[in-house]
Amino acid sequence: MKKSQSNSMQGRPVYVVDGNRSPYLKATKPEKAFKASDLAVKIGIPLLARQAFNGEDLDEVILGCVMPYVDEANIARIVALRLGCGHQVPAWTVQRNCGSGMQALDCAARNIAAGRADLILAGGVESMSYAPILYSTEMAGWLSDLTRARTITDKLRCAGRFRPGYLKPVIGLICGLTDPVVGLSMGSTAEVLAHKFNISRDAMDAYAVQSHQRLAVAHDEGRLSEIETIYDNNGQYYDHDQGVRRDSSVEHLARLKPVFDRPFGQVTAGNSSQVTDGAALLILASEDAVKRYQLEILGEIVDCEWAANDPSEMGLGPVHASALLLQRHNLNLSQIDYWELNEAFAAQVLACCSAFADTHYCQQHLGLASALGNLDQHRLNVDGGAISVGHPVGSSGARIVLHLLHVLQQHQAQTGIATQCIGGGQGGAMLLKRS
Amino acid sequence: MNTQQQTGIMNQAPATRHWSLSIDVDALASLHLDVDGSSTNVLSAEVLGEFEQLLEYIETQTVNGLMIVSDKSSGFIAGADIKEFTRIQNEQEALQLIQRGQTLFDRLEALSIPTISVINGFCVGGGLELALACDYRIALDQPKTRIGLPEVKLGIHPGFGGSMRLNRLIGAVSAMSLMLTGRTVDARQAKRLGIIDYAVPDRQLSSAASAMLKTSPKPRRASFLKALQSNTLLRPMLSWLFRRQVAKQASPNQYPAPYALIDVWQLYAGSERAMLDAEARSAAKLIITDTSKNLVRVFMLQERLKSLGKQRDSSLNAVNHVHVVGAGTMGGDIASWSALRNLSVTLQDREAKFIAPSIKRASKLFNRKFKPARLAHAAMDRLHPDLQGIGIKQADVIIEAIVENAEIKQDLFKSLESQCKPDAILATNTSSIPLETLNQVLQQPERLVGIHFFNPVARMQLVEIVSAANTSPQVVSAAAAFVRQIDRLPLPVKSAPGFLINRILMPYLLEAVELLSEGVPAEVIDQTATDFGMPMGPIRLADTVGLDICLSVANILADQLNMQVPVILKQKVDDNHLGKKSGQGFYDYQPSRFKLKQTQKSMEHPPEDVEDRLILRMLNECIACLREEVIEDADLLDAGMVFATGFAPFTGGPMHYLHNRGRDSVMQRLTELESRYGERFHPDPGWTQRLV
Repeated sequence: MKKSQSNSMQGRPVYVVDGNRSPYLKATKPEKAFKASDLAVKIGIPLLARQAFNGEDLDEVILGCVMPYVDEANIARIVALRLGCGHQVPAWTVQRNCGSGMQALDCAARNIAAGRADLILAGGVESMSYAPILYSTEMAGWLSDLTRARTITDKLRCAGRFRPGYLKPVIGLICGLTDPVVGLSMGSTAEVLAHKFNISRDAMDAYAVQSHQRLAVAHDEGRLSEIETIYDNNGQYYDHDQGVRRDSSVEHLARLKPVFDRPFGQVTAGNSSQVTDGAALLILASEDAVKRYQLEILGEIVDCEWAANDPSEMGLGPVHASALLLQRHNLNLSQIDYWELNEAFAAQVLACCSAFADTHYCQQHLGLASALGNLDQHRLNVDGGAISVGHPVGSSGARIVLHLLHVLQQHQAQTGIATQCIGGGQGGAMLLKRS
Repeated sequence: MNTQQQTGIMNQAPATRHWSLSIDVDALASLHLDVDGSSTNVLSAEVLGEFEQLLEYIETQTVNGLMIVSDKSSGFIAGADIKEFTRIQNEQEALQLIQRGQTLFDRLEALSIPTISVINGFCVGGGLELALACDYRIALDQPKTRIGLPEVKLGIHPGFGGSMRLNRLIGAVSAMSLMLTGRTVDARQAKRLGIIDYAVPDRQLSSAASAMLKTSPKPRRASFLKALQSNTLLRPMLSWLFRRQVAKQASPNQYPAPYALIDVWQLYAGSERAMLDAEARSAAKLIITDTSKNLVRVFMLQERLKSLGKQRDSSLNAVNHVHVVGAGTMGGDIASWSALRNLSVTLQDREAKFIAPSIKRASKLFNRKFKPARLAHAAMDRLHPDLQGIGIKQADVIIEAIVENAEIKQDLFKSLESQCKPDAILATNTSSIPLETLNQVLQQPERLVGIHFFNPVARMQLVEIVSAANTSPQVVSAAAAFVRQIDRLPLPVKSAPGFLINRILMPYLLEAVELLSEGVPAEVIDQTATDFGMPMGPIRLADTVGLDICLSVANILADQLNMQVPVILKQKVDDNHLGKKSGQGFYDYQPSRFKLKQTQKSMEHPPEDVEDRLILRMLNECIACLREEVIEDADLLDAGMVFATGFAPFTGGPMHYLHNRGRDSVMQRLTELESRYGERFHPDPGWTQRLV
């Protein structure tokens, strides 16, 4: 059996009582985009306003964020203060790459379970539009020399050492989405999985089309009530996810060129998750807090599991984490009513499905006796996923948990697992229940 | 300097009521001002008298420096005691008073020890003149710090040496610009201009003051280039420029003070002594002019309006949260103004598309009003779009600003009453629907009050507080307190058609349109009004407000007040010429591609009675409002008209103007106009009731 990183959640029950998220917005020029803290504040204010308690009554605020902007260090504290939680509510930020949002929920849940807190605002936020563009280390070194040069001669000598190549910018977003240990971009790890599980370009594109269709239906049927309308300073408002392409088709997607393994790869912009900005916030409460403020319960966080695997196959993280979670709770796949498996890449979701069903993989990598089985496609990502919704990396983990709770509610179902792959070769899975 | 050992006299500091003197271990003396019985420090004759005694005492002491400090948290010194202005009988008396102050400040400047003013908030008028007589000035780097010489706003100019010293300190161009506009600046701007030596945070205010006195650097003076601005050869040219600037704002016969200040500078800036003498003589002349007396009157009226907003009922708490329903121009701007004034605000409307434009306008407003940007962001965080109406149950004040339809408003108020806090103020911004119509659907009709703002909210200081016969007085005073909290001026009026301001303005606007249809060019009409002292002509005002809005208000008032609405106004609206917003009204606002020089339309011989036709119809309506007790008294009416419409402030307001022109002659003129133009000039019955 694979090593479990953490024990099951022990102690008091943990409830999710409310939550909302921003529409997920396509990344754009920073001056036209929202900063991560702005997104969190814009949805946090109405979320707190509709509660029976005030911001000051929270025990803490925990946010996941992969790349806060340079002036957003410990973004959770900035958000807490701007939300009017007062000076006395502690706040901290967690970073576990794409798992950051779910990590924040796990931290909050464990603190409540352990009796350290009763009421926590937790979630994830990311503005990929604000990913920094940096000077190279050579340029930084040259600038440092220049500022240290005291005399005119020193300054001139230093100036003479300047090379135009120093001006080449370092794109923070690309660096952030590349694994520095194995040297693969996240897209290339999806190519690895496509090759390993023999997933065709057609299958990927078909999965992507389905994601768009499902999101469009969910939107039209008004099942995305967790979205909070937000407003910018230029007279625009945003009330739906911008990534959805209603006219998406396999034929159309087939025309796109691969973006990671050029020119022969299969992972394209069309069958990958979209670079977006977004925030999702949840309120977690103990039984005491539920009683004290007479809160309505959306669902219960039963447990959360984290697992790690080969970084070049980071997309399989959900399989590793979910297997541990299922085993600890003596559940099999058929007992899970609904799944949210974050759609980093179509190839990666399909690879996870294959791995669940693959006896060899389950035996060799998960230490199981047999395959876990088939994931029912009608119970997986029923309202689309990151391919159509978008994937603001630090936010998605919180979004899929919140949405899964809504799915369980809409379908009068009991049990769900939200799981995601994490750059660097990890997976997180959260077990949710409604009664 | 005499020391106490040598002389043996003055070894005891004089007993004073407003000042206290302390001397620390380093022999630095501090003079603390805390004017007894007043929330702000003002330089009354008594305060100056004590200051004189203390200076005399300090001159005899061995001290190494003197700092002048305010013990009021509100600020340093607000200036002279304006109440004392009203008691001045003649020019001679004024001159004596001014010269006494000037001599005193000269004496402060002549002290052999280093001196400093520690400015911890506003420092205006006489307060700055005192500070300018010190060697150094430091100011608290906070938004509440306002520094300037706004005397022109009271129809005078600095007389305690301020104009000479500010010119000497920062050069004529900056100094005259500050004094001629009456503008105040914050600590950082003051530092940049060179008025103060340092802008420091609270934590360093007193240590910085001691450090300055101990090191005593050379006091600041204008740089060589800036000093050159007062050169004899340059002065005539600069004076011409100053006069041209001022003429854009004020005419010399209505507002003589800025012109007098330029004269003083032009003729006497060559010598400090001569300038001090000239400044005193000129200020003494100005202080007894009608303009100054009327502007002081307007200032006092403003104080009266402010006092109406003082919370009398201490059981009512300050407002924290405002909920505005209706995100149109008025609703949106009321919401953003409230957020600007530090309140938490929810802005509700049916759809996001109605709210979005308000958020854009709010952002513009905040960016204009706040520096650094951090403060603008904080204001934005206080303004929350609210489609679901979450704010209703939390709000301390709920203001309705939706479409002018009685039934829709009634439904809204029923629903608001059932959800809101029991002590929340329920208010309507309606300008045309009687309060009684709206409050009749409430469980507690006495709760509803009118809080009627004027457009644009960020510029119009006055807000009418409208009450019906059954409105609770507590609610009215709570509404007035709220209006003060957001730094507007509350004016209590009775619920009657058009309330006060729109009702008085309407005959004036309609008469202007009437003149227009008789063939008098719009430019001539507007010029007549601005010559009278109105900030904007009536035709341009109508275009700015929107002709559709004018027409709908006119129609409502016409029914109830027996007025005739000119056909040409209806025609314009029918043609969709709605004024500025549609690009075409009585004037053309289309940006023409070929910039042809607009030909100024004028008339060879405009009718001599244009001004009286415009103004007297307004005055007649004022009398009607007083007779019907729409407003409590003539002074409040004047205050309302000055602060809501900009009615020529130098006249002291319409009723004061009427008083000065003579009731009987105005009434006679009305009768004359009635015989010429008909019933609309018929003097209101109130004229004979001696309401003025």
